[in-house]
Amino acid sequence: MSDAKRKEDWSKPAAMAIPKGGYVGKPQQGRYGPIFPKTPACYGFSIMAKIIAGREPVFHEYARKIEAAVAADPHCLAILKLHYLRWVLFDIGGATYFMYQGIFDTDFDKYTEDAVSLFAATGIDTVFENLEGFPKDWKTNAPAFVKFVREHQQPSFLEYGEYPYVSADEIKKALALKASFSTMLDQMQ
Amino acid sequence: MLELNDIQYIVLSRAPAVTGRYEFLTFRDAAGARAWLKAISDRVPSVEQVRKSTNENQSWISVAFTWNGMRALGLGEEALATFPEEFRQGMASRAEVLGDEGDHHPAHWRGGLGSGNVHAIAILFARDSKERERCVGEHRALVGRCKGVEVLSFLDLEATPPFEYAHDHFGYRDRLSQPVVEGSGDEPTPGSGAPLKPGEFILGYPDEIGAVEAQLQPSELGRNGTYMAYRRLEEHVGRFREFLREHGKTPEGEELLAAKLMGRWRSGAPLIHRPDKDDPALGADPQKNNDFNYKKEDPLGYAVPLGSHVRRMNPRDTAANMNRRRMIRRGGTYGPALPEGAPDDGVERGIAAFVICASLVRQFEFAQNVWVNDRNFHELGNERDPFVGAHDGTFEYKIPKRPVRKTIKGLPAFTTCRGGEYFFLPGLKALLYLAEVGG
Repeated sequence: MSDAKRKEDWSKPAAMAIPKGGYVGKPQQGRYGPIFPKTPACYGFSIMAKIIAGREPVFHEYARKIEAAVAADPHCLAILKLHYLRWVLFDIGGATYFMYQGIFDTDFDKYTEDAVSLFAATGIDTVFENLEGFPKDWKTNAPAFVKFVREHQQPSFLEYGEYPYVSADEIKKALALKASFSTMLDQMQ
Repeated sequence: MLELNDIQYIVLSRAPAVTGRYEFLTFRDAAGARAWLKAISDRVPSVEQVRKSTNENQSWISVAFTWNGMRALGLGEEALATFPEEFRQGMASRAEVLGDEGDHHPAHWRGGLGSGNVHAIAILFARDSKERERCVGEHRALVGRCKGVEVLSFLDLEATPPFEYAHDHFGYRDRLSQPVVEGSGDEPTPGSGAPLKPGEFILGYPDEIGAVEAQLQPSELGRNGTYMAYRRLEEHVGRFREFLREHGKTPEGEELLAAKLMGRWRSGAPLIHRPDKDDPALGADPQKNNDFNYKKEDPLGYAVPLGSHVRRMNPRDTAANMNRRRMIRRGGTYGPALPEGAPDDGVERGIAAFVICASLVRQFEFAQNVWVNDRNFHELGNERDPFVGAHDGTFEYKIPKRPVRKTIKGLPAFTTCRGGEYFFLPGLKALLYLAEVGG
């Protein structure tokens, strides 16, 4: 068993303190820059940015759009390898800020272009277009998109996992297995 | 409309060659370098020229530059800054992204590759070794006439027997799955997908999302060129055969194991169509040997293991945005063939190939970083591509099988990266522009 495997024990809840800056030791290099570490809460980001004044209704409209898109095709976000996404609006000194927090299973930039393509292809107008400083050519310029995301990422200083390092696919497989066993036991009656 | 008279032939055509040579050059004098380029440009054919005269030609030349090389030619800083970040950094600087660690690290690369001193490559393909020697003599005479131009190193290509079809030193049939560029006039074989927009492979044209990749400046540079990732991979033939003997047990078992690692029988026949027994006629039939998918046919990898080479390098209908990740491959084998049954002789042999794409970071680096070296690709846990992954003996390989899968632990490195560079392959007009630049 490799060191990485030994460390990633789902049965032992784990917490990780993360040094200032968000990296543990020398960060691994990804295609678009250094990669934030995998923690007991898997990979993730917390992107915070100021919204363009007066655009708040667009964000609520976007929420309804995403809800409908996922209802129409429950797997439409599958390529993002997600566990959870949270979108938050909050005030600082009278201005509205936006937080986009995601927990997912691949490192920061592995599937970046896929994410950009997904947003572009599904016609989901991303709320990012209503953030100050977001590149207008994001649909065709992945590096500019990545740059914006990286500049607005606020790394965690502490993360915790009750079932650490487990991927969404592994969880889904375990649940499917459980369901299969239930069916099997039913058939044995 | 593709400008086939301005695109270097190598992007869209393959020379009918059995030998070749790559000459890696360094420039110590800008004027000398430009004189070399001006002279050799006459010998670099376009796609159109090669298509018209393939039968008469005996040899074919292509020319490409590293970022350092274009600076050494005298290209200005403003123009140099318009090249994408990964190309400016060069392949050696991207080692961590590409998985070039341990024995694969640029510190161990050969022939000056990755040192920053490779400025250009002249790629020669020839019908026979006599023609190759003639061309090399001609080229060395040219180099001798150009001040400050030096051959840093070279690599001779040799096809491996049997010569009837292209294959590598491990015996796998090659060139089975190549994307076709829209407007090139080529027809994709069944299963190879519809022709792709030229901008995926050639600069200055719209790509699959209707965009034109970030423009190079001045505009003379940005049309009809492309990027090439060069990889020199040593194939450890003795080690590979020993592995097959150890884990395959019988000759049939060895062949099946070889097929499970690749996803195809060595004949080229797809495992998905022939999961139990080879079918060389199918392997040789381009109308049938690439016509398959995975999502419905083999979702769990019982025929083609999820981590097999062909399933990683071209996941077909099991990956998103495949049309944005395709690459054109060129190149060949080098080094003498190791006869069957002979002990490993310690001589280097392998594949020296170019990956052609419009965006190194989106296409080549993605493939290396995610498909090849992501240990958790398809939730595999502790695997890398069995052939081109960065191996150090700690990874495993899982072969799905009912009732219980087979897991091979401690997969050895069947290949070692011995060198690489990122090159810019300009269009023909751009070659002439570079030959006059700054002078």
